[in-house]
Amino acid sequence: MGTDDVQSPGGFPATRHSVIERIRDGNPDARRAAYGDLVEGYWKPVYKHLRVTWRLDADEARDLTQAFFADAFQKAWLERYEPGKARFRTFVRVCADRFVMNARQSRSRLKRGGGTQTVVLDFVGADRELLQSQAAPSGPEEYFHQEFVRALFERALQALRTECEASGRSLHFTLFERYDVAPGEDVSYAQLAAEFGLSTTQVTNYLAQARRAFRARALDALAGLCGSDAEFHREAREIFGVEVR
Amino acid sequence: MSGLSDAAVTRLKAAAASTGASGGRYHLLEEIGRGGMGVVHRALDNELGREVAIKIPREARGPEFERRLRIEARVLARLEHPGIVPIHDAGRLDDGRIFYVMKRVRGRTLREYLGELNGLNERLRVFERICEPVAFAHAHGCIHRDLKPDNIMVGAFGEVMVMDWGVARVAGDGPASEPACGPAVAGGTLHGTVVGTAGFMAPEQARGGSDGIDERADVYSLGAILYLLLTGRAPDGDADPSAAIARHAGVPRPLRSICARALAADPGGRYPAVIELAADVARFRAGAAVAAHAETFVERTLRFARTYRAAILLVLAYIVMRTLVAIFAGS
Repeated sequence: MGTDDVQSPGGFPATRHSVIERIRDGNPDARRAAYGDLVEGYWKPVYKHLRVTWRLDADEARDLTQAFFADAFQKAWLERYEPGKARFRTFVRVCADRFVMNARQSRSRLKRGGGTQTVVLDFVGADRELLQSQAAPSGPEEYFHQEFVRALFERALQALRTECEASGRSLHFTLFERYDVAPGEDVSYAQLAAEFGLSTTQVTNYLAQARRAFRARALDALAGLCGSDAEFHREAREIFGVEVR
Repeated sequence: MSGLSDAAVTRLKAAAASTGASGGRYHLLEEIGRGGMGVVHRALDNELGREVAIKIPREARGPEFERRLRIEARVLARLEHPGIVPIHDAGRLDDGRIFYVMKRVRGRTLREYLGELNGLNERLRVFERICEPVAFAHAHGCIHRDLKPDNIMVGAFGEVMVMDWGVARVAGDGPASEPACGPAVAGGTLHGTVVGTAGFMAPEQARGGSDGIDERADVYSLGAILYLLLTGRAPDGDADPSAAIARHAGVPRPLRSICARALAADPGGRYPAVIELAADVARFRAGAAVAAHAETFVERTLRFARTYRAAILLVLAYIVMRTLVAIFAGS
């Protein structure tokens, strides 16, 4: 429910170029920006994949993660992706696997290349998450997908927080965080209403608005990480259980 | 933002898939009504860009009230009549409460509107309009059981809507449609299986239980509403409203008889159907004899005189004129 939402109408991103279209763009700035988005969305799944699936130690995984994205940018091998063969997410994971195999064969560490979009990668935080993670990975693909979704939600949540704060709707975000994010919380709408001096109906409205905004932000981020429009629709259906119109 | 746990990711997936009532279609606004069972909010339908009304159970109420709300929604869905508020949608809020969406009715309750009704004829016309949707519901096997001025909305042009079908009983639905409790009775307390509102509730309803409750319970409530329209006050202070209205000198005797019959303590003494009550009122308005009242010779003559006043005056004028002509011609 909600009309005065913290999101654009409709809830789903407008037509947006796929990540492949963007990294194939002839404009170097546009290409660099696309790589920046790509690194932001994929670095953590790749890093955790290397740590968990490849059982690399933290230092080696960090080096290889950074080298992987630097190499991808310099040698443009992500541009070779063909949407008909696999999902872009799967393509990235397979590329990372090959990259690690090649690196191990050559026994040489690749150095970071120049010209990539500078993104601060919080490896320490990623390691902390690995320690806290309890779910056993069922396979490389499933694990990579799980971490991809986690990273996606983190970005969407951060975007939502920024947006709520900028529009003076911090309460929307606080309620959302308390009810839908906070670990171990089992709070009712009525309890939240009493705690924040609202009616239950207001809590219902605020949460509905925040959820729609969150979904919009997550879909927006997802659209920027998929290899094609069809893949975006398929991913959205699998992650959110909804059809994107 | 970092460190989302597996549980948080799962919850966020559910949250993103759940976007409020009917996919975030409605935005609840202020409360516009509150009954014993539910609360009605003004709301915006984002999809169609119009105002609607959404009814949800009162927060403190339990599953029984949810069940009643669901039944009410189904009752409304099956009753398509201009005098019954149309239902548009039903669903569940994110907080778990069920809701249904209906047309937003603009107007005032009959109790609020009462002072603006000018003259007996206008009051009776409104009464007939109230009877129409109730008779329609009866024809579809549905008894309202809580007819009262607060549940009747009157629009700017005298159009009538019968509201709040929350304690309606649907014939053939059996015990599933029976509430364990109903809305407030006198003093706002709940008494077991009593449903209805004191003063407008048939005696058999007030005794509790639902066995033997039929259309005549609504006839009684309509009789109480007619009492209010005729006298300006509710009959809840009278031990025997039927006898009280019969003594009310300010109301034409046939109307008193109609009202008294509708308010008979024994259901067998009432009109067997709302349509017959309405027909009797319509007959009174048309100047015809009413079924509830055995006229004396004088009453019949007076009614005849009222009905054919113009013709009688013409005949009398003609006779007077001929008489005068004869007198003057003779002199």
